[in-house]
Amino acid sequence: MNMPATKIEVETATPAAVAAPVVAMTPRRPPRSEAYARMARETAVRVIPPLVVIALLTLIWELVCRRAGSALPPPSKVFKDTKELILDPFFDHGGIDKGLFWHLSASLQRVALGYSLSAIAGIALGVLVGQSVWAMRGLDPLFQVLRTIPPLAWLPLSLAAFRDGQPSAIFVIFITSIWPIIINTAVGIRNIPQDYRNVAAVVQLNPLEFFSKIMIPAAAPYIFTGLRIGIGLSWLAIVAAEMLIGGVGIGFFIWDAWNSSHISEIILALFYVGIVGFVLDRLIAGLGKIVTRGTATS
Amino acid sequence: MTAYLKLDHIDKIFTRGAATTEVLKDINLTIEKGQYVSIIGHSGCGKSTLLNIIAGLTTATTGGVLLENREVNSPGPDRAVVFQNHSLLPWLTVYENVRLGVDKVFAKTKTKAERDAWVMHNLNLVQMAHARDKRPNEISGGMKQRVGIARALAMEPKVLLLDEPFGALDALTRAHLQDSVMALHQKLGNTILMITHDVDEAVLLSDRIVMMTNGPSARIGEVLEVPLARPRKRLELATNTTYLKCRQRVLEFLYERHRFVEAA
Repeated sequence: MNMPATKIEVETATPAAVAAPVVAMTPRRPPRSEAYARMARETAVRVIPPLVVIALLTLIWELVCRRAGSALPPPSKVFKDTKELILDPFFDHGGIDKGLFWHLSASLQRVALGYSLSAIAGIALGVLVGQSVWAMRGLDPLFQVLRTIPPLAWLPLSLAAFRDGQPSAIFVIFITSIWPIIINTAVGIRNIPQDYRNVAAVVQLNPLEFFSKIMIPAAAPYIFTGLRIGIGLSWLAIVAAEMLIGGVGIGFFIWDAWNSSHISEIILALFYVGIVGFVLDRLIAGLGKIVTRGTATS
Repeated sequence: MTAYLKLDHIDKIFTRGAATTEVLKDINLTIEKGQYVSIIGHSGCGKSTLLNIIAGLTTATTGGVLLENREVNSPGPDRAVVFQNHSLLPWLTVYENVRLGVDKVFAKTKTKAERDAWVMHNLNLVQMAHARDKRPNEISGGMKQRVGIARALAMEPKVLLLDEPFGALDALTRAHLQDSVMALHQKLGNTILMITHDVDEAVLLSDRIVMMTNGPSARIGEVLEVPLARPRKRLELATNTTYLKCRQRVLEFLYERHRFVEAA
């Protein structure tokens, strides 16, 4: 059995060795172009199916809404009506007559402020509830009830308290996104393995070092789950809140378009709201991936 | 005999509601400086509880632990533990895991550069310097345990506590690591207390083997001196009569007189 195998090896090896200087470059090239081809194939596999689905849906939409007397405009009409808004998102004619960029940026600023506050407060409260049994017993029932209150139900109360639209909208974002952050952080803290606590005890870390060196990194995957749910809820809440408080913002832009019967503008705005929400979600997910590298696979 | 580490009449009773379980009863043990002592017993006999009491991670119900004639009852770097499942922090690199302890223990006595050199010295001792920037999930189980040992050694403990340090490793890696620990003990002269349930491991490594009876109310059943000269060589011992006698003695204790009773 062995002899023929060795023989074949020797036979193939000899010509390769002789030809080696001549063909030195050839073995390198095919893998490279193959790698490109593979990358292109992988991209195509991911990109083509959604594109096909989008094209099909647009076609169906076009066919359904094309007939005269249809309540909603077909995509071709949407594009024609909103061409100016799409091509120039940066115009500013004073008041609320601004390009979509300014509306989105106003909404995003509110979200940034409200969400940052809720991230800080949420992680702090979550650590408290996760670490202290008494804090959990006292606060958890309260959280469980408060978190079921719909975002918009807070708006009248916050308007009464702040007497202004801007802080009220920020408060609504804060109160909407804080609950998943608190709850996930608390679960993360409670699930810190006893091993890590033992290590900290043997090394004699003080409470502050324990917090920064053990607790936060160990709970980071949970915290980021909460943060990701929170950013999604913030974006849901801001659009609804802005419809009611008015002023510059993508929510009021939609409401204003409805009042002026500009259905095409509503559709365009919805498209942007979806894209921005998606980007925000990816942003937090990506940040979480960077921060928690190593931790998740322990 | 000069007592370095002394366990003085330790009882441990766990209370859950109305039910109480006596885990350890009247444990007395004296360990000399530089000795390597193993505690062996069937699973569930309270070996790990005993180690946790010595480490200060749990407290004895009555009795106490004396280290150099001073009572110790809270965890500290003078009794560094090598945990069974390595317990490296996964978000830190190998270097940072060792550095964490070094920074605390030598905060006042060593400069930054000295601490860095000390970390690298200890990683070199366990032959892990090459992996200093790797994270725990990027190295093998045996390597993780080496880093765990380096972390404990780097705290310059008075007593090194090993909690079934080789239990989660495959046989070949385990043998290799046992040799490493023997070499380290030879070189540094640490006082080591090891929990194990492996008879060969206990005889090979220890100066004394403490055999525990089955729980509940586990006590020290017998203490065996292992009069084998160091350095010990695994292959030569395989036919050594003293080694075989010691081994036989431990086996008899564990499997004849104190056989493990499942779910008693």
